[in-house]
Amino acid sequence: MLSHFSAALLFALFCSVVFGITQRSQPKKMFHFGAYCFVLFIGGVILASWLMWAIKH
Amino acid sequence: MATGVQKITQPQSNSQEKSTLPALVLLVGWLVPGAGHLLLGKWVRGLLLFASILGMYLIGLGLQGKIYTPNTGDILDILGFIGQLGMGLLYFIARWFGLGATSMVNTLSDYGTKFLIVGGLLNLISAVDAHSLANGRKAS
Repeated sequence: MLSHFSAALLFALFCSVVFGITQRSQPKKMFHFGAYCFVLFIGGVILASWLMWAIKH
Repeated sequence: MATGVQKITQPQSNSQEKSTLPALVLLVGWLVPGAGHLLLGKWVRGLLLFASILGMYLIGLGLQGKIYTPNTGDILDILGFIGQLGMGLLYFIARWFGLGATSMVNTLSDYGTKFLIVGGLLNLISAVDAHSLANGRKAS
């Protein structure tokens, strides 16, 4: 069974692959944009997690 | 004279091919994730898109995500249905075989539903991308 974080990781991975392929036209730029999206997804998840922790405490 | 006729008729058949191919690519790309790119010879992109959208679909079903139907009358259900319809044949397979849940029972089920909706929307993006490649709006 997936944990919340592993589900978020897979969600970010699959979305980043599709965004990279569809939003850029050269393979190198596709990879860079996909990696950028993945970092933003996961960075957003970690930031939101710490914010929720800070609100609770 | 005969060559003049050939010159007139050839561009017409070419333009017909150009107008039908993008529509075919859009339809096929919607029905089967990544198939539009495969039809255009973009094998790596097509397979990556297929794996990504199929992954979203399988995880969504594995997490007991809800499969929406169009006739509940609730506007949010209709929006969910439109999003999931973007998966093309995968949505109809889920409906025909009774896969997924009919209602969200826990948090992970809610996550699964979001996987299914976003998977459909991603498939629509990839089908439109294949259409743009076919009609020349996207360079390569």
